[in-house]
This record gives sequence, C-alpha cells and structure tokens, in this order.
Amino acid sequence: MANAHNSHAAHSHGSVKSYGIGFVLSVILTIIPFGLVMYPSLPKEMTLWIIVAFAAIQVLVHLVYFLHLDRSAEQRWNVTAFAFTAMVIAFLVGLALWIMSSIHTVMMAH
Amino acid sequence: MSNLVMNADAAHGHDHGHDDHHDAGPMTVFGFWLYLMTDCILFASLFAAYAVLSNNFAGGPSGHDIFELDYVLGETALLLFSSITFGFSMLAMYKGKKNAVLAWLAITFLFGLGFIGMEVNEFHHLIAEGFGPQRSGFLSGFFTLVGTHGLHVTSGLIWMGVMMYQINKNGLSATTNTRMSCLSLFWHFLDVVWICVFTVVYLMGTL
Repeated sequence: MANAHNSHAAHSHGSVKSYGIGFVLSVILTIIPFGLVMYPSLPKEMTLWIIVAFAAIQVLVHLVYFLHLDRSAEQRWNVTAFAFTAMVIAFLVGLALWIMSSIHTVMMAH
Repeated sequence: MSNLVMNADAAHGHDHGHDDHHDAGPMTVFGFWLYLMTDCILFASLFAAYAVLSNNFAGGPSGHDIFELDYVLGETALLLFSSITFGFSMLAMYKGKKNAVLAWLAITFLFGLGFIGMEVNEFHHLIAEGFGPQRSGFLSGFFTLVGTHGLHVTSGLIWMGVMMYQINKNGLSATTNTRMSCLSLFWHFLDVVWICVFTVVYLMGTL
C-alpha cells in the first residue's frame, strides 16, 4: 500500500530528478535569449523569433516539470481548463492587437 | 473549510491514517487551478494593454534606455531558484518531513523576498529619475503589468509566511497539505508569468 501510494505520488508530484531536469532546462532556456539580446550577434528579426520560441518552450517546461500537467486521468480536467484558457488568451491578445493596430493605421492615415 | 475537507474524507471512507495523503482536497486544488486560469486571463489583458502602449513614449525614455538586462537576469535567477526550492519543500511534505518542509519554505521565502526587493529598488530608481507611470503610455503599461506580477509575488510571500506558522504550530495535516498544493501551483504559476514578462517587456523592449 505504502509503495503503491509512493509511486502514485511520484507520478503526479514529480521527484528530485524531475525538478532538477526542469530547473536545468529553464536555466538554459533563460540564459540563451538573454545572451542573444545582451550580446547581439544575429539579425534583429531572427533574434525576436528565437526569444519568443524559447519563452514558449520554457512555459511548457514549467507546466510539465513544475506544475505537473500530463496526460494522466487525474490531470485531464486541469489540462482541459488550461487549453480553454490558452484559447481565450489567444483570442484576447491576438484580436486586441489586431484591432488596435488597425485603428492606429486608419486614424493616423498612414 | 478544514471541517469540509475532513467531512468529505469521512464520507468517502478514507483512511485517516493517511494524514499526509495528497488527495485530501483534490476539489479544492482543482478549484484553485481554475482561479489561476482566470488570473492568466487578467495577465493576458495587461500584456495586451502593454503591447498596445509599448511604443507610446511621449518623448520619454524607451525600454532600451531604462532596462538593465543583467539586473533583470538576477531577478529571474532568484525566482527560478525559489521555484526549485519550493519543489523540494513539496517533496519533503510528501515524505512527512516537517522540519525539511519549513527549511525549504524559509529558503524559498528569502529568494522571493530578494526578488521583490530588487523590483521595488528598480521601481524606486525609475520613479526618482522622473520615469514614473505618469510619464508615458509605455511606462503606465510597464508599471501596471510588472507591478501586478510583483503584488502577486508579495501575496505569495504572505501566504508562505502563514503556511510556515501553521505547519510549525500544527504540523503536517491533510489541511496544510491541500493549502501547500495550492500555494505550489500559485508560486510556479507566477514563475510562468515572469517568463512572459522578461521576454515581452525586458528582452523585446531592449531589442
């Protein structure tokens, strides 16, 4: 019983190893974009896309290794709620920026 | 609330010998997760507002002029360390090691306090130089977004202090475990928001 409980807990709550992996990945995914901006060596646009990509990957790393989202049954509703929220955020931010940039263009008559 | 949790356990015939059982309040933790999702939407709104205002300098400074990336990297490091030390606190909790939980919580608290101290210092310098939130649309968006994150971290620190007091006084119980699980989600969630802050505000602002 105790063993079954422990292995179950390790599954949904991580371990020293999983926190360690998450931490090391986060350090790498933080240092590279900071380095690229502090010591510019690539074209601006390429740097922009790289730092956005690294941020997206780091968010996923945190969700998996620190917030313990996975495909298990007990996490299903957490993942569902998160997916719905991600969709709302995409609409909210994407449409807000689209509308405001359109207004800017039209009002300034560029 | 503790009564509700205990009653729910009794109703389901749970074994109270498993006082450190992590499922003590799964609905409470799920409810807290839903609150965090609404908090995500709050932050998304602030990010959208910041993005819209981020080029409205009104003759004031741009991000390039006022952001110091090595300082921000230091803040980021403190928050990242606090994330892993909180993780160790949770691992100690599952093993029922009260003193280890308290020690890791204290370390996490200090990292968090260091982060807030650095942020307050940054804000103080900006305002002292005349670059407060009233200076331009860009700075209004900046102070609102970064300040809201800072207020969340401060709430997390107060919560952490209360948890240390409760665990020290009452020990580890199903109730404190549920509260720690919620705080864990909150703390790691704030780290996720900070990734977006340093990328969108500091890195893109300096680029």
